[in-house]
Amino acid sequence: MSDKLLRIENLKKYFHIGQDRVIKSVDDISFDIYRGETFGLVGESGSGKSTLGLTVAGLHEKTDGNIFYNDENLSDMKGKKKVIVNREMQIVFQDPQSSLNPRMLVGDIIAEGIDAHKLVKGKERQARIYELLEKVGLRAEHAKRYPHEFSGGQRQRIGIARALAVNPKFIVADEPISALDVSIQAQVINLLEDLKESEGLTYLFIAHDLGMVKHISDRIGVMYLGNMMELASSDDLFSEALHPYTQALLSAIPVADPSASRKERIVLLGDPPSPVNPPSGCRFRTRCPHAMDICSQEIPEWKEVRSAHFVACHLYNNEGVDEV
Amino acid sequence: MTHLLEVRNLGVNFKTYGGEVKAVRDVSFHVNKGEIVAIVGESGSGKSVTVQTIMGLIPKPPAIINAGNIYFQGQDLLTLSKKQMRKVNGSKISMVFQDPMTSLNPTMKIGKQIAEALIVHNNLSKAEAKEKAIEMIRLVGIPNPEERYEQYPHEFSGGMRQRAMISIALACSPELLIADEPTTALDVTIQAQVLELMKDLKEKINTAIILITHDLGVVAETAERVIVMYAGMIVEISSVEDIFNNPKHPYTWGLLESIPDITATSEKKRLIPIEGTPPDLFSPPKGCPFAPRCKFAMEICMDQMPPEMEISEGHSARCWLNDPRSPAPEEVIQQGRKSS
Repeated sequence: MSDKLLRIENLKKYFHIGQDRVIKSVDDISFDIYRGETFGLVGESGSGKSTLGLTVAGLHEKTDGNIFYNDENLSDMKGKKKVIVNREMQIVFQDPQSSLNPRMLVGDIIAEGIDAHKLVKGKERQARIYELLEKVGLRAEHAKRYPHEFSGGQRQRIGIARALAVNPKFIVADEPISALDVSIQAQVINLLEDLKESEGLTYLFIAHDLGMVKHISDRIGVMYLGNMMELASSDDLFSEALHPYTQALLSAIPVADPSASRKERIVLLGDPPSPVNPPSGCRFRTRCPHAMDICSQEIPEWKEVRSAHFVACHLYNNEGVDEV
Repeated sequence: MTHLLEVRNLGVNFKTYGGEVKAVRDVSFHVNKGEIVAIVGESGSGKSVTVQTIMGLIPKPPAIINAGNIYFQGQDLLTLSKKQMRKVNGSKISMVFQDPMTSLNPTMKIGKQIAEALIVHNNLSKAEAKEKAIEMIRLVGIPNPEERYEQYPHEFSGGMRQRAMISIALACSPELLIADEPTTALDVTIQAQVLELMKDLKEKINTAIILITHDLGVVAETAERVIVMYAGMIVEISSVEDIFNNPKHPYTWGLLESIPDITATSEKKRLIPIEGTPPDLFSPPKGCPFAPRCKFAMEICMDQMPPEMEISEGHSARCWLNDPRSPAPEEVIQQGRKSS
């Protein structure tokens, strides 16, 4: 087995919205997710980060490209094998309010995957539910309650228990904390980190809170309008971002320290363009402070500029151009 | 010196089938002319109810204002009739809501919505109001104001809609602007634009701003003073420097600890969450509302509500640890401060 759990190659996901109009939510993205790592995905709303996550997990049918799981192409898989892979990939959703069926008991919500995959039955099933509840910091008696009896943070724990129920290897966490209060967010983040350790999980962690993404991720990918702009280890990304968009995004984070020497804030002009009609060439060029002629003509190549640091930007076409 | 706004011992309850919810309890604070005051707290801490009471926007019933006064330029807003209140709202105090999509009228042109306030409050003619509205649109940094005047909210992006909301709120040059989580629904690059805009406007028209947020980063970068609320009460008030460098309430320590440090490199520290959940406001605890989640809780905390204790001028906290009789308070406070 290679150390790459997932290999995503030239993945595309287009949505047709009538009248020959197409939204290219995910457009030609390639990256790997290593076994045991937390891969963070950041970007503004509409950047396609959730679509990418859900497409990788199989909730959206991909338009083109390949996803390899343990070196096997997902689209070639059939029958039993596909069922196993489906079990090994689970999702934790953003809104714990709408992602739990309000008419089902918490125990049944958690056990739905167990039942669907016919893992265990009867007393064992019951024991498994209790074990899962305790694993995520709830109590066994909570199995007999309904979702509305829980707070937001507790509901997110139920969502996590449901994902864990079928012994997954890979979890897509789609903005799991953005609906929670600050003091509760840290609880859920710590829980996710503990479970990763104890269950040997790999995460694709999607969020727009850059501070939390930096905290939890080993590597981070930055998306803008359906394209991946930059990918690096989380320390490299925060200490030496190469892409002008990443630089602007990082400089926009408000720092919780009034005495911190204010770094020069790059305030981007304007709004992200419509994904129905994205700019030619580099999609960021309309807001980029360094835009050149070539940016409107050619799509920048996705390349490894430094070791394990990928960027798609014309500023780095010649090896010589280093600092912006 | 009289303050622009002074809230004194405000208490607000909500009648529900399950009983009375004590949403706001004994809240007192003031806002001076031209300053930015942030209110921080979790959902259910009473921050929105407090400002909606100031605006006279909470529905009565189910709400009951059972105590307190709200003085604005020396006048008690709670004694005003609806009609009198309407004169204050929009012209002297105005509000920016969290969600710009649901708070603009989708069937009305943006320009008309801005001009409406001017026609009602300033008795401008339609033509004058239009001219002023276009000026306001330009002021908040929306390009092509003449064209934008004729457009509907759905033609605006999220950040632009929030700018439009701000221009409505500022149309009559209010003395006080209340912004209830104005950037929560926005992306971080757009949030930076809107915050810059608000600071800029404060400089230009000297409007006082109450900024409600849960993002401590936003607080650090914009506010001059900070009010921390928990379970319907103010637990700490101080200057922004003191909140971050010298906090005196365990809840404030907890908030500061639970956010990741984005400036830290490589070595990852584990986040320190505040364990547990906020109390049930139907029957809040007898003592300090934070005591059940507090690492430093003492016996007295469960029994008696701590009074507001002044730490230094303009800095007060509701916590027994600051009482001189509390055992080794300095040590505990040092420890709490260090970890944050």
